[in-house]
Amino acid sequence: MSALATRYEVVIGLEVHAQILTRSKMFCGCSTDYLTAAPNSITCPVCLGLPGSLPVINRDAVEATIRTALALNCEIPEFTKFDRKNYFYPDLPKGYQISQYDLPLSRNGFLEFEVKGQPRRCGITRVHLEEDTGKLLHAGAIHEAQSSLVDLNRAGVPLMEIVSEPDLRSADDAREYFTRLRAILQYIGVNNGDMESGQLRCDANVSLRPLGATEYGTKVEIKNMNSFRAVHRAIEFEIVRQTEVLDGGGRLIQETRGWNDARGETVSQRSKEFAQDYRYFPEPDLPPLAVTRPWVEQIRTGLPELPSARRARFIKAFELSGYDASLLTSSRTVAEYFETAVRGGAPAKAVANWILGDLSRLRNTADWDKAGPPVKAAQLVELLTLVDSGQISGKMAKDLIAQVGATGRNPAELVREQGLSQISGDSELIQIVEQVIAENAKSVEDYRAGKQQALGFLVGQAMKLSKGKANPARVNELLREKLA
Amino acid sequence: MNLHGRTIHELHQMLVDREISSFELTQLVYAQIDRVEEKTAAYLTLTRDLALQQARAADERLRDGRDATPLTGIPIALKDVLCVRDVQSTAGSQILKGFVPPYNATVVERLDREGAVFLGKTNCDEFAMGSSNENSGYRPVHNPWDLDRVPGGSSGGSAAAVAAGEAIAALGSDTGGSIRQPAALTGIVGMKPTYGRVSRYGLIAFASSLDQVGPMTRDVTDCALLLQVIAGHDPMDSTSSPRPVPDYLAQLASGVKGMRLGVPREYFVSGMEPGVEAAVRAAIRTLEQQGASIEEVSLPNSAYALPAYYIIAPAEASSNLARYDGARYGFQDGSGRTVIEEYQATRQHGFGQEVKRRIMLGTYALSAGYYDAYYLKAQKVRTLIIEDFKRAFEKVDALLGATSPTVAFPLGAKTADPLAMYLNDIITIPGNLGNVCGISVPCGLAGGLPVGLQVIAPGFREEVALRVAFAYESASGFHNAHSPLLEAAVA
Repeated sequence: MSALATRYEVVIGLEVHAQILTRSKMFCGCSTDYLTAAPNSITCPVCLGLPGSLPVINRDAVEATIRTALALNCEIPEFTKFDRKNYFYPDLPKGYQISQYDLPLSRNGFLEFEVKGQPRRCGITRVHLEEDTGKLLHAGAIHEAQSSLVDLNRAGVPLMEIVSEPDLRSADDAREYFTRLRAILQYIGVNNGDMESGQLRCDANVSLRPLGATEYGTKVEIKNMNSFRAVHRAIEFEIVRQTEVLDGGGRLIQETRGWNDARGETVSQRSKEFAQDYRYFPEPDLPPLAVTRPWVEQIRTGLPELPSARRARFIKAFELSGYDASLLTSSRTVAEYFETAVRGGAPAKAVANWILGDLSRLRNTADWDKAGPPVKAAQLVELLTLVDSGQISGKMAKDLIAQVGATGRNPAELVREQGLSQISGDSELIQIVEQVIAENAKSVEDYRAGKQQALGFLVGQAMKLSKGKANPARVNELLREKLA
Repeated sequence: MNLHGRTIHELHQMLVDREISSFELTQLVYAQIDRVEEKTAAYLTLTRDLALQQARAADERLRDGRDATPLTGIPIALKDVLCVRDVQSTAGSQILKGFVPPYNATVVERLDREGAVFLGKTNCDEFAMGSSNENSGYRPVHNPWDLDRVPGGSSGGSAAAVAAGEAIAALGSDTGGSIRQPAALTGIVGMKPTYGRVSRYGLIAFASSLDQVGPMTRDVTDCALLLQVIAGHDPMDSTSSPRPVPDYLAQLASGVKGMRLGVPREYFVSGMEPGVEAAVRAAIRTLEQQGASIEEVSLPNSAYALPAYYIIAPAEASSNLARYDGARYGFQDGSGRTVIEEYQATRQHGFGQEVKRRIMLGTYALSAGYYDAYYLKAQKVRTLIIEDFKRAFEKVDALLGATSPTVAFPLGAKTADPLAMYLNDIITIPGNLGNVCGISVPCGLAGGLPVGLQVIAPGFREEVALRVAFAYESASGFHNAHSPLLEAAVA
């Protein structure tokens, strides 16, 4: 990589499609809850494209798009319209997709993120609104299938397209941009961030050019990347592939390539040398849309705190490291969990350590949005209070958290039931300390001779004798007193 | 008693007075259909069972005297471009053969709520593309005044049905003259409301920015009655206007005294038949005698309307008709080995010549590199035509002219020459492009065939067009001239 990085500059732009979390579809009243529904059960004359049916704009979808555009620092023109993108495909029941062509809902934004501690910025060309297509189920591989089934449940689900400028320069750039974008979409409640089910999709345009060149090289569009890892791997693969072609004196062709995750390579799908003519023209069934300034301001006021602002606040208010703050704010669920626990009285640093340590080992924080956190914030606060008050040791707490996660029961309850309370009463502790002194004459001698480490050994013996229940701080104090 | 020539308002009185039941009336109309349908081919589908069922329900409503409306129990025909639940709706195309919509068009729903009786779906040019009904994917319609002649198009079936006594009234659709021109050629009243006045939901689209549904009736009063029911905002059609709907009957008989009526000099086109011009000039004089002041006006961009229309309408049609691929409903060819081959075979054999011609025209006009020169330019011309009308309506209340430059022509006369056929709509097309409303009202005969007077009023001023038309109709009485097929009906 380092050798080619000196010869070529990598140029990447991402096109992200995000389904909008509205209750009904883009142009009709059908539900958007299609993932588990029986094929073609959530359809009506409008999303089936039956003769005579007409679209009606879903206001919520427009607002979600404006919300996204504002979060991405875009301009919102006062006037927008929908256009028809004409092409024939069996998953497109009208023979055209209602999309936006030359007057999108927003344009000229940017997104800031970090790569290896360095701040980066990528321009956002536009965020526009369109309708999703249906789904095809092929009987076998697509090129050999004897038949295909069409499911139009997804047809007409509102979809945002977020197009970046070709400002990304590496696979790391692309992954971090996409990660940050996903976090924003989830933060503002417009998309669930689920790539596996296709509710968030990403295509990448990748090209190389000789270092110092101003003109772009031939670009290749990569599709079918279903995870952040896939985005990263596919782009890495493509950079190497394109480098080899260019170094071998070959010529790249403008094409669409699909990422094959199992084989770890991109495969040519279709040539784009002869661009398809979509014959865009203004959708005559929908009047142009005036986006009034008061409306935009109302939406702006309703925006929640965005990840970058929250990260800055976490660093300042809780004295967290930039790295920890980034991790905690990458998901709204995690950030809110953190704040809830801190509001509950737990020390911020301890909460951060627990979330990023033991809790994320119980359940990866990336899964919290979908599956929820492994233990409730209140339970974490309770646990930390038990530690803080000396009732249980840190070691005990680590064992306990797994039990809380598994059973859902509260820490105090488990402590009581299992007799886990730490021994803090002096009468019991003095007995233990005296026994330890009697049984470890050598170490007692060493300590008195000035070897401080010997005290640690004696504390350890006391803990062992108490089966870990002794309060180590008090044991330490008692030993010092007795041996003084 | 010949009931076939009666109007909605006359029959409504008879229904209310219990002189006849809707059931009897419906049966009488079907009897006439049975007599003459073979000659006219006005219908593609008859819905006898549905109609008789609706008639019975209407009779109950009338008997109880509760919520009976002017349309309750009135037998009406619907152009085949309108979706009717559980009734085959083909838009006159083979490609939609067997398509049975699961829903009602909004206008159909509204008529149903009023208690109207649906006789059937009327024949029309395929996807409403045509001026003679010879482009029907099934069979041509014959003019009840002269069976060797066309009834006009594209709502020729609806026009012929009303003119032949096969319906009391009908709904048509007008994209470039498709209500007004056949109304003129068959001697009935037909109105194209302002774009946005009537919901298009459930109207199988030809050109979305021009299509409007409208009434086709025996007289102007019926036209107002029908419009009253179908007009108004529909949340299912975002292009329908939220403007309130006025009471169209209230001002109907106010007369034209003191009104200023304009006669666009561009509307007396070359090629206009002398008989048509004479009838229209006479009609203008009649209105003058009724107290209107007549002045000549100019709509200078009229000549560009036809070419602009033949860019915009086919462009929209090429996209609107993309959904007919045989995969989900209607005709499927079945011979293709791949998806693309199957699409090609279905569309090649499912669409007729004129439809394919317009899809080709429209696809070309929207293609990359041509869009600006054709589609965008045509839209600019449209703006000029809108401004022409605006300027004219600063001086006058309404405009007068012929509806069609000719009377009904013989079948086959123009089928070989699309351009000659397109010229038929030269005086009606500006109204569609110009966002105004227009009505055609019978103004006499030329060579034994009906001539239509067109009254054009500003956008959303249907009451003005109706008022002028009503004043003319009352003074002339030409609406009482009936086709031979209607005259021959005995009941």
